[in-house]
Order: sequence, then C-alpha cells, then structure tokens
Amino acid sequence: MEQQDISTRHTSKKAKVRLAKRYAFERRFKMFGILAILISAAALMTLVYTIAVKVAGVFTENYIVLDVQYDEKIIDPSGERKTENFELSAFRKLVRTTLRENFSYVPGGRQAFPLYRLLSDAAILEVRKHIQANPELIGSTEKFPLLADDVTNLYLKGYYGTLEKLPSFGVAQPVGTSDTIEVFVQSNSLNVILQAKKDFMAKEIRRLNRQVRAQQRGIDEFNKRILAAETDQREQDIAKFKREVQTYTSRRDALQKEVSDLKLRIKALGGEAALNKDIASFFLKINGGMVKVNKISPDRIEGVVYRPLNSDAPAQEGQWELLVNSKPENDRKISDQQIAWIEKLKEQGKIKEIGNWRFLTANFSREAEQAGVWGAVAGSFWTMMITLLLAFPIGVTAAIYLEEFAPKNWFTNLIEVNINNLAAVPSIIFGLLGLAFVIGVMGVGRSTPLSGGIVLALMTLPTIIIAARAAIKAVPPSIREAALGIGASKNQAVFHHVLPLAMPGILTGTIIGMAQALGETAPLLMIGMNAFVVDTPTWFTDTATAMPVQIFLMADFPETAFQMKTSAAIIVLLLFLVVMNAVAIFLRQRFERKW
Amino acid sequence: MIGSVALTLLALTIASYFFARTRAVQSVGGKTGHLHSRPTYHGLYTFLWTGLISFGFLIVVNIASGLYIDYNIRTSLPEDIQGLPKIQQEQIVDQAKSIAKNKPVVGVAATDRAREVRDALAEQYATLSQVRYIGIAIIALLAFGFTFWVTYSQIDKDWRARNRSERLILYILLLCAVIAIMTTVGIVFALMGPTLKFFFDVSVLKFLFGTHWSPLSGVFEGKVDENTVGAIPLFAGTFMIAFIAMFVAVPIGLMAAIYLSDYAGSKIRSSAKPLLEILAGIPTVVYGFFAALTVAPFIRDHGDSWLYFLLFFFGPMLGIFLFRSVLRTFGLHSLSELFETIHLMKIASVASLAAYFALWFGYYEEVPSFGLSIASESALAAGVVMGIMIIPFISSLSDDIINAVPQSLRDGSYGVGATKAETITKVILPAALPGIVSAILLGFSRAVGETMIVVMAAGQGANLTWNPLEAMTTVTVQIVALITGDTEADTAAGPAFALGFTLFAITLAMNVIALRIVQKYRQKYD
Repeated sequence: MEQQDISTRHTSKKAKVRLAKRYAFERRFKMFGILAILISAAALMTLVYTIAVKVAGVFTENYIVLDVQYDEKIIDPSGERKTENFELSAFRKLVRTTLRENFSYVPGGRQAFPLYRLLSDAAILEVRKHIQANPELIGSTEKFPLLADDVTNLYLKGYYGTLEKLPSFGVAQPVGTSDTIEVFVQSNSLNVILQAKKDFMAKEIRRLNRQVRAQQRGIDEFNKRILAAETDQREQDIAKFKREVQTYTSRRDALQKEVSDLKLRIKALGGEAALNKDIASFFLKINGGMVKVNKISPDRIEGVVYRPLNSDAPAQEGQWELLVNSKPENDRKISDQQIAWIEKLKEQGKIKEIGNWRFLTANFSREAEQAGVWGAVAGSFWTMMITLLLAFPIGVTAAIYLEEFAPKNWFTNLIEVNINNLAAVPSIIFGLLGLAFVIGVMGVGRSTPLSGGIVLALMTLPTIIIAARAAIKAVPPSIREAALGIGASKNQAVFHHVLPLAMPGILTGTIIGMAQALGETAPLLMIGMNAFVVDTPTWFTDTATAMPVQIFLMADFPETAFQMKTSAAIIVLLLFLVVMNAVAIFLRQRFERKW
Repeated sequence: MIGSVALTLLALTIASYFFARTRAVQSVGGKTGHLHSRPTYHGLYTFLWTGLISFGFLIVVNIASGLYIDYNIRTSLPEDIQGLPKIQQEQIVDQAKSIAKNKPVVGVAATDRAREVRDALAEQYATLSQVRYIGIAIIALLAFGFTFWVTYSQIDKDWRARNRSERLILYILLLCAVIAIMTTVGIVFALMGPTLKFFFDVSVLKFLFGTHWSPLSGVFEGKVDENTVGAIPLFAGTFMIAFIAMFVAVPIGLMAAIYLSDYAGSKIRSSAKPLLEILAGIPTVVYGFFAALTVAPFIRDHGDSWLYFLLFFFGPMLGIFLFRSVLRTFGLHSLSELFETIHLMKIASVASLAAYFALWFGYYEEVPSFGLSIASESALAAGVVMGIMIIPFISSLSDDIINAVPQSLRDGSYGVGATKAETITKVILPAALPGIVSAILLGFSRAVGETMIVVMAAGQGANLTWNPLEAMTTVTVQIVALITGDTEADTAAGPAFALGFTLFAITLAMNVIALRIVQKYRQKYD
C-alpha cells in the first residue's frame, strides 16, 4: 500500500465519520454505566424514602385525658376488693360512662358506638390494671390518660385532613339549636361552599366526558371494522359489530345525558345545593355549637347539629366561623361527627400527645395503636444467640480444618464443593429441613428460638466458613513457620498464633453472616415462628417470633396505622443491621492487618 | 428438663478439666517440668472426652427415646381408634401430647370415645416422658462418670496428653467440616421422606406436567387428588418472575460492574460500592413490603400509561436498530450507512415523541394508555423488585470477574488504538464471559428460590398465562401457603415437600452448572 493511501485512510471524510461513530459509542457506553449506577441509587432512595416517610406517624401517640370516676357500683359491686375478679366488661362500662359524661347530648345505644370508638381497647385494660394495682382508688375521681384509637390518632396528626378556617363575614342567625337546623348568613361567605360544589360537579363532568370519549373511540373502532367487514362481505361479523356499535352508542348517550343534566344543575345552583360525602366537609361553629353543612344556598345553610348550640341568638361577625376539612368523608376512616367530638376535646385541652414508647416496649397486637416490636426483638435476640453459639464455633473449626489440616483428596474436595453449593441453596429449603429434621426428628419445640436458631445456624454456616477461610489464608506462612521453628506443634502454631491473627477477619465475616440471618424470614415461617405471640419470650424454648417475621405479619394488615408501624419496625430492623455492619467495618479497619 | 441436664453436664465437664489438671500437677508433686505434657493438656484431654461422650449420649438417647415414645404411643392406640382415618388418629395423639405438656390444646375431641382415649394417652405420655427424662439424666451422668474415671485414672507423668488431645481436636475439626456435608445429606433426606410418601399417591408425571394446581381442594381422608397437583402453573410463574428479575438485574448489574471497574474514579467507586452493598444487605422482607405497598399499586395504577410511553419512546429506536441489523445481515451495508448519515434514529424519536404528545392532547385529552387491566399482584411488580434485589449480586460477582481479567489484555487493546468501550465489549467481556454466564445463572437460581418478595407481592392462585401483567404464583409462595396454612400438617406436607425437593433440585443443578462453566471455560492467564 502506498504511503498516500494510508494517510488518506485516516484523514478522509469517511474516516472522520467512522471515528465520530466510535467516540459516540464510547460516550453512550459510559452513559449506560452511569445510568446503571443512577438507577440502582434511585431504587434504593425510593425504597428508603417510601418507608421512612411513613415512620413520622409513629413517633408519638395521643391520649384523651378524662376525669374518670372509679365508681364502686360498676367496678366492684360486691365490695370484696378481690382484684383478680375485676371484670373487663365492668371497666368497659366505666370508660364508656366517662365518655358519655363528657358528651351528654349524645344519645345512648348504637348511636354512641362511634364515640366509644375514639378510644382504644387498651384504655380499658390500662384502667383495670391501674385499679388492680391500686384498689384503694375505688370511689375516687382521677384524671386518667385513655389511649386513643389508631384512627383518632391519625386524625389528630393530620392524616385525615385538618379543619381550616374560611373567611366568614356578617351576622349569622341560627334557627333552632339541635337536630337539623337552618342558619341564615348576611354576606357572601357561603359562596366558597357553592364554589366547591361547582368545582366538584365540573370535575364530575370532566370524568364523564372522558368516559364519553372512551365510548366514542369504541364506536369509531367498530365502525372501521364494519367497513372492513363490508369490503370482505363477512355478514356475521357485520351484524356482530353493529350490535357492538349500538351498545357503545347507548352507553355514550346515557353518559352524555348525565353530563347535560349536570351542566343544567350547575347553572341552577343559584338556588340550593346538597353536599354529599365526596365533597370536602364544611362545618359551622356558632354559639358554642357545631353544625355540619348538608345543604347550601347563597344566604342559608341547612345542616345537622353535631354539638348543640347554646342559644339561637344571632352571632355577630367574628363570633362564628366557617370551617372546612378538604378531605371528603368517603376518603377517610373518621366521620364528620367524630371530628366534631375530637375538636371539642381538643378545645378543652383533653388531648395529650406523648412519645410513643409503647411501640418499643409492647408486643404484637392486632390493634394498630397497641402493636409494638419488643416481643419480636427479644425473639430475634434469643434466636441469634443460638445461631451464634452454633454457627461461630462450628464454622471456625471447619474453616481451620479445611485451611490448615485437610489433605488434598477427594473427600476434602467434596466438602468444599458442598459448602459452595450450600451457600446457594434457597433459604426456604433450610426451613423445610428444620421442619422435617429439627422439629420432626430431633424433637425441638415448634416456634421456639431454639429451632429457629439451629436452622439459621445451618444457613449461615457456609458464609462464616468461607469468610473464616479467607481470613486464615491471609495470615502469611512465615507466622506458622516461625512457630513451628521454635518447637511448637502444628496445633499450637494454629491455635496460638494463626487463629488470633485471623480473628478480626473471622469476626467480621461472622457479623456479616449474623446480619444476614437476622433479616431472614422464610425459614422461620416454615418452623412456625409466625405464631401470634402475646408474651415476651424470656428463654430460647419459649414460643417466639422474630423481627422480620413480625414485619411480614404486620404488613398483612391493611390499616394505614399498621403500615406506619410496619415501616417503623423495618427501620428498627435496619438500624440493627446498620449497627452490626458498622461494627464489622470498624473491626475490619481497626484490627485487620495487611501483610 | 433436658436443659437442666445439659447445664449440669456442662458444669461437670468444666469441673473435670480442673480436677484433671490438679491431678496432673499432684502426680509429679508440683514439679510440672517432669510431666510429658503440661497440666492444661491433661485437663483439656479429660474435658474433651467427657464433653464429647456425655453430650453425645445425651443427644442420641434424647432423639432415640423420643422416636420410641412416638412409636409406642401410636401402636398402643386401641383397636377401634386405629380403625379411624389417619387424620383423626393424628389429632388425638397431638392433643394428648399437648395435654401432657400442659400446653393449650388445639381443637376439641371429636367424640366422647376419642376424649377418653385422648386423656388416657395423655397420662401414658406423661408417665413415659417422666421415665424418659430420668432415664436420659441417668444415662448421660453414667456416661460422664465412666469417661471421667477412665481419663482421670490415665493421668500420669509419662501420659502423652498433648499429642492425644491434639489428635482428638483434629477429629473434632474434621467433624465440624463434615457438618457441611451432613447438612446437604440432611436436606436431601428431610425432603425425600415426605416427597416419596407423596409420590406413592400421586404420579410424578402428573405432578411435573399437570396444569391444574389446587392441591387441597381434592383432599379425601388425608390423600390429595392427583389431578389437582399439576405444578406447571407454579413453574411458569416462578420462571416468569425470575426472567423479569433478570431482565432488570443483568443489564443494570453488569453495566454497573463495568462502570465501577473500568470507568469510575476512586471517589465515585468509594461511594457507589457501599450503595450496592446496602442494596444487598436489605432483608428480603423489606423488599417484599416495598413491592406489595409501593411498586405493585404503582404498576397497577400507572403501569399502563408508562408502557404506552415506553413504547413510543423506545419503539422507533428499537425498530430502526432491528431494521438496520436485517439490512446488514443481507449485506446491504451502504443502505444501512445511509440511514445512519441522515440521523433517522433522532428524527424518528422526536417524531414519535411528538406523536405521543399529539395523542395525549389531541385525541385522548388525558395521559394516553392502552386500557389494559393490570392485576394488583402482577408478576411484573414482583419481578421488578426482585430484579432490584439481584442487581448487587450480579454486579459484585461480575466485578470480581472483570477485575480478574489481566491488565495486559487491556493494555494490548489500548495499544492497537481501541477505545475503552471497544476494549470492554470486544476484549474483556469475551474473556470474562464464562464467569459472567455463571454469575447470571447464580442470580437466576437465587431469583427462583427467593421467597419473601413473591409471598408478599405475587399472587396466591395458580394461573397459567404468558401475560406478566396478571397475577401469577410461584413454587415458594405455594410452599409457604401450604406449610403455614390451616390444613392438617401431614396432608399439606406432601405437596409442599415435593415442591421443595423440585426447587432444591433446580437450584442445585443451576449452581453446579454455573461452577462447571467457570471451571471448564475459564481462561488460564500467566
């Protein structure tokens, strides 16, 4: 090839294009790499964020502090003061009576149930426990903090919307003080509500219009198919498609009629409008009472009295206010009536919010506001103890044998292959092994930390052995040779010199293995550690559950409050893992030697 | 009971160490220099033997007597009870055991006769247990006493306690190493028992190739109907979810590994590596919670419109790419080049995005979508989250493999003028291919065996479909459902263990293949 050809080969236009292409590929390739890292980071962030954002609701819990009169007639009618005979039903009655005393206008029977539901069942248990401990209090009256229900708690924290003041001018004139009343307002303050109603209807029209368009698309599609079928002369299909077009058309027309009806009603809104549960809730606070707005016209409100008014005197500007909870009643678990009661309690200063230690000290419960993680933490502790006691010594000795003593033959080879394979066996298989062998044959109790610990030990063993072997291998042969040279036996060289030097590495591996075991769920499900455990396990043969298993159980409950507690439990578990890994990193950096 | 015996034995063995050491010192009148082995070795020797023998007896006798009592109780059932179905017999035995152990009784006795037998059994069981515990305690203590007497009386100034205990320690080390093998053997046997029992009732072919899975619907007298245990829908679901997971994890994990090993500076590496390690350290139950409460509802609500968008976004690129590949395979390079020079890819992408927004604002007047219905427990959601879980697994394995390719190969490639990307795709990846394939296989095996994500986010009902937007169930989900369900443990164990055995076989095969690939095709450098 001529010199000329070679140089043009690299300077021709074609070559420049080729080079540009190669560089573009280079850039694209690098971008894909960055993208991969960014996607992983985004996944981690999303995961942590969605969990962490739910935890905010768990930091505190709310109590309703009421004057409880420990009525002897209710608690202990016989007067014998046998504390163990105090019945729960008596205390339920006591608590309910206390609540009713605060809301004397609430009729009894079924209608009072929503009121009782403001409190948790734990409140009743706690009053009983308090009285059983101090029976001398019977007959006296005392301020007692009663635990609020999870729904109440969530409302107080603003998860079901908050009451906000709307500008309210002019004089308001109520007609009547209880049941259903009317209030006349001499200003345009009520236009806000009318506007809300209009907005809602407009939204409704948009929604219906979308549906109309969807039906129209169906009609278009089938008309097209009819045309196609006509050219192919498929009679049957034509008939079928025509029927389809008809159904779509009738549905479209029905929807269109609904839309035009709505439009007419919006125009007619000057007169009167009814509010339903899909619109924000409006309240009127007037003369010490509270009215829920049901019907509205520009100068008049018709509504249900949730808190009776003191009088039907006209209220001047500034003495009444219009409130709104922009979350519609159908979108929340708490009713407008309950909101009215809670707001009253709030005004009276009877709501107390304190740190939620219950979450850390209580055991699992089916009631969200009572559920805690302590039992699971204790269960995990005992399980991990067993795992550590079994897996650490066995793993380290196995590693010592394989690394220092094992001859190179088929048998040790088999052991090595085995360990590598065991590390990749699905954890649920270890659970089945535990179920069949540890519980079935060895006779270890079901649902106990002992059985769980044995299973997890078998599962972590490969991790520990592999880490320990690496640590032992990292100790240079000169250490062994020096020991042997001054007359130590092989055992002495290994146990007195190599092992202490390998220990930081072994411990690091062990902690990482334990962290894995701490987060493991599936094998524990297999051996029944998903039992509903009420008592805190105090020994490794007690029935117990573990942290990850409890997270699994809690995640099954649909309530918002439970989701929050699940997230909090996850954070607790992650904290344990972070601490364990931090210790491992510390050990590695502080004690591990580079030879 | 057993616990206190074990604690006593532990205390005794520790005491025996001190006794033996003292005796060794005394045997030479305090002049320890005359001993062949130092006193601690004498103590150690006694300690090891007494501990091994007494705890060995404790465990063996405990297990054996437990099995014997079980057998005894079952054979001593009166004849009329033995005529009853197996389930009822089991129930009576279980209740009797609970009564004898003072535990809450599950369920009630079916008949008066059953209650009578049950209470008698409970009494018999309680007596037997009493005898058993006393027997175990006596045997274990006797074993301890005998061993202690033998080893203690051997102590002498010429007794080679160090050599002997070192030999003994070696055997103990070997024993611990063998536990790994015993675990595998244990797994095989533990799974084999119930599986074989299950396959006495059900043909293996119907289990492996049947398409109808509802094992507990056809149960009659503790036996499952073999027409309702076809596991194909479960395998389909398992592999569907695992494939989706690999579809997410392999490109991201591999690209992350490549970027970290060949592109990233030490600063980025030191912050990106821990990020992947954190991803690897998060417990699977947390991923399950994330999948069930965040990803699955998101995909149910917005997956449709996202698919629509992605189709418009990537569709033209993919189409043109394929078109050009076809042109090139037919040797029409110049035509392919032509498409490239007029920037068809960019034009098409812009056009399709424009079309997307035109559809959005012109035709639909809302975010456009196909109108697909997506299950709230779709295979897609579980698969995507599982993929995220496996990213660090793939990336750390590939990272090791890519780093193991010697620098000389890179230098050679750079030397002939290749860019970094060309070096990676044309030199390093081919060299690392066996390792990467094995990493992918290991990741896939992990995806197949993963339990918590699918238990929390995938479906429960067997559903044989190709559509990843529908709910599908997996092998592991069904194992958990069977074992933790309310059905009789004996009935549910059959299908559950058969599934477990299949799962074990599949994952084991994949792991072995992965290891073989690495061993067989590994490039030997140096």
